Amino acid sequence: MSLTADDVTQIAHLARLGIDKQDIDSYTKDLSGILDLMTQMSELNTDNVDPMAHPMDQAQRLRTDSISEHNNRDKFMSIAPQAEAGLYLVPKVIE
Amino acid sequence: MHTKSLTELAQGLRSGEFSSVELTQHFLKRIKQYHDLNTYITVTEEIALQNAIAADARLASGQGAALTGIPMAQKDIFCTLDIKTSCGSKMLDNFIAPYNATVVEKFNQAGAVLLGKLNMDEFAMGSSNETSYYGAVKNPWNINTVPGGSSGGSGAAVASRLASCATGTDTGGSIRQPAAHCGITGLKPTYGRVSRYGMIAYASSLDQGGPMARSAEDAAILLQTMAGFDPKDSTSVDLSVPDYSAGLNNSLAGLKIGLPKEFFSTDLNSDMAATLKTAINEYRKLGAEIKEVSMPNLKLAIPAYYVIAPAECSANLSRFDGVRFGYRCENPVDLTDLYTRSRGEGFGKEVKRRILMGTYALSTGYYDAYYVKAQKIRRLISDDFKNALTEVDVIMGPVTPTPAFGIGEKIADPIEMYLSDIYTIAINLAGLPALSIPAGFINDLPVGLQIIGNYFTEDRLLNIAHQYQQVTDWHQHTPKGFE
Repeated sequence: MSLTADDVTQIAHLARLGIDKQDIDSYTKDLSGILDLMTQMSELNTDNVDPMAHPMDQAQRLRTDSISEHNNRDKFMSIAPQAEAGLYLVPKVIE
Repeated sequence: MHTKSLTELAQGLRSGEFSSVELTQHFLKRIKQYHDLNTYITVTEEIALQNAIAADARLASGQGAALTGIPMAQKDIFCTLDIKTSCGSKMLDNFIAPYNATVVEKFNQAGAVLLGKLNMDEFAMGSSNETSYYGAVKNPWNINTVPGGSSGGSGAAVASRLASCATGTDTGGSIRQPAAHCGITGLKPTYGRVSRYGMIAYASSLDQGGPMARSAEDAAILLQTMAGFDPKDSTSVDLSVPDYSAGLNNSLAGLKIGLPKEFFSTDLNSDMAATLKTAINEYRKLGAEIKEVSMPNLKLAIPAYYVIAPAECSANLSRFDGVRFGYRCENPVDLTDLYTRSRGEGFGKEVKRRILMGTYALSTGYYDAYYVKAQKIRRLISDDFKNALTEVDVIMGPVTPTPAFGIGEKIADPIEMYLSDIYTIAINLAGLPALSIPAGFINDLPVGLQIIGNYFTEDRLLNIAHQYQQVTDWHQHTPKGFE
């Protein structure tokens, strides 16, 4: 199976991932090759097999709803590219 | 001092042969001397000396633990409070972690000395350490070859004695493959044995941290510090931790070793096959019985892995958006431009490839055909191992198809690079523990033997590795120029 340059552009858009125009062809070639590898999976019948997500088939563990973390807002925000008064700053979204 | 085992170092610190400060200064000097190997991304000289002073005081008061005062290094995937944690990426080149990973916390409590943060493939995606934003790491056995990846800095630093021991992480072979290429002992524990809290996520259902050391004996001491239930990691398994050093000297008489015929097919290079056969013969001499086993679904491990890992990676790496931490592009015109360009400029080529692959596999209309299908194959592979492990105690095989390949040899061809993971990734899919030990040399490059065990049998694996290391000396070889 092979992908087109348009497919790759669309996938990159879904991932919000900037790809330089001159690199699109090489990604298209690489991803098509990887997809060929993936198609080997269809050789095997898996009709009655349950998908496996955790090696021990362990379900998500729940915890009691109690406070376990301190408020570290200032520390966490100190490493933001742009923050002010407890808010993360981004380009204007609504005019 | 750098040639001593962890036990010998602990004895030296206690007998007054040397202090932790002297030992730390010795390793820091070596790190500077062999800077060209590019094993460290960050050397934490000041912190190391502070740790060493504290360790000397603790030892003097008789309160020391096994690792107190011992200089070690962390793979740069583990968050270290107030220390740069880059994960080998431009995206996190400016990231000063605001908290410690549980693993780091455990080493701190043990009083270990942090020498620094080790180089790695970007976001642990690679098998050669060439995808690092900080450049390739050189293999001390031959500086024109790769140390393996993704824990390539850890493998090369331990092999060249630029750290007494190190941590690594293994999603598809990233502890075992560099351990094999660098001639050291590396253990990937059972999934859930070591906390993933603060270990930057690549593929969450596969990632597992573990020890990289010079011997099984050293690895047992490291794992003792790393292992255990962590309420902060929702996939951590709540099971008591055995004493990993207690059974190292147990006899191997009657041990049943399985050799999967799929691992020893004609595809395996004849030099590798011969080296491994000699190693397995040593086990026969130690009283083990050898039996052939079959795991028919192994051949689909690579396609299943390269669906599951990129799918999980594309979800995990969506957090890098240029807003809360990490790299942000210059002068974004709007929010979409901010996301797209920050991610496009912050991630390297292999990471982008996997994000794209994963996004595609999870997109509407393809989810069942790729992700669910791969998870079904994952169960079949896991069942193959379970069945084999009812007949035998452990499975042995190669770690890698060849010894270390050349820097630049495979980086242009992602598929060829992926295929080099053939003997390691199935173990991550099954979630089993496995280790790599040095088992000989081909053209002066180390060869690893892989030993795979049942869930939570790390103690048995370490015992099996240790017994081999009592009758062979491959693990004691040091690369020329680094003695």
